[in-house]
Amino acid sequence: MDNNEMKLTIKSLSENEIFARSVVASFCVGLNPTIEEIGDIKTAVSEAVTNCVVHAYPDRVGYIDIFVSIFENTVTIKIQDYGVGIADIKKAMQPFFTSKPYNERSGMGFTVMEGFMDKVEVTSQVNGGTCVVMTKEICAKDVKVGG
Amino acid sequence: MVIKHRLDNNILYVMLCGELDECSSNYTRTTLDKLCSNRNFKQLVIDFSELNFMDSTGIGVLIGRYKKLKDIGVPIYIYNPNRTVEKIFKMSGLYEIMPKLV
Repeated sequence: MDNNEMKLTIKSLSENEIFARSVVASFCVGLNPTIEEIGDIKTAVSEAVTNCVVHAYPDRVGYIDIFVSIFENTVTIKIQDYGVGIADIKKAMQPFFTSKPYNERSGMGFTVMEGFMDKVEVTSQVNGGTCVVMTKEICAKDVKVGG
Repeated sequence: MVIKHRLDNNILYVMLCGELDECSSNYTRTTLDKLCSNRNFKQLVIDFSELNFMDSTGIGVLIGRYKKLKDIGVPIYIYNPNRTVEKIFKMSGLYEIMPKLV
């Protein structure tokens, strides 16, 4: 498959989550991923977008930019918001840590992203926004026909 | 999200159909609470056969129901999640409080 890129901007509405994860998953289909790999990508995207909807823009609707690039067998997904930011990224990424326990939040979002993707990098600026960059190599499953 | 249910032999079976994420979490939460408010059952089995997608928002919803039902002594069991959902259950240790039915 040729190297490829896409960009999507959505409002931070929870009904856009299904749209965002479906678009990113569809874009990756050219890499011939397994159903499990597609499930991993969909889930990781959903976690990152949920963070934007719930945490980045707690009191208003903002914009979320999603960039996806495919280089050889690796997909890179960048999800950027311009919301409140994260003061302590290390703490935010700890399993079961949540700033909203009263809302029945599991605190598993970053843990799931890290478990489902090969690499997750988070950069953030308080009142500037957060950027999550995730990569995953899709294993080639081309079946060679003939010699 | 569509939620089907049936009561059989003091066991409440609830089938989640569709996708469980932030958008459908409130509906799922309130519907499960409404179904559980009857208290005429001794076990809750949540059937994931028709759930195509779930992210960690679902874990929060399940743990919330667990806490409520634990108070009245009703255990919850998980039935037939797909591979991706199962990975989230294992990652979060959910099976330790809600065993998987095999």
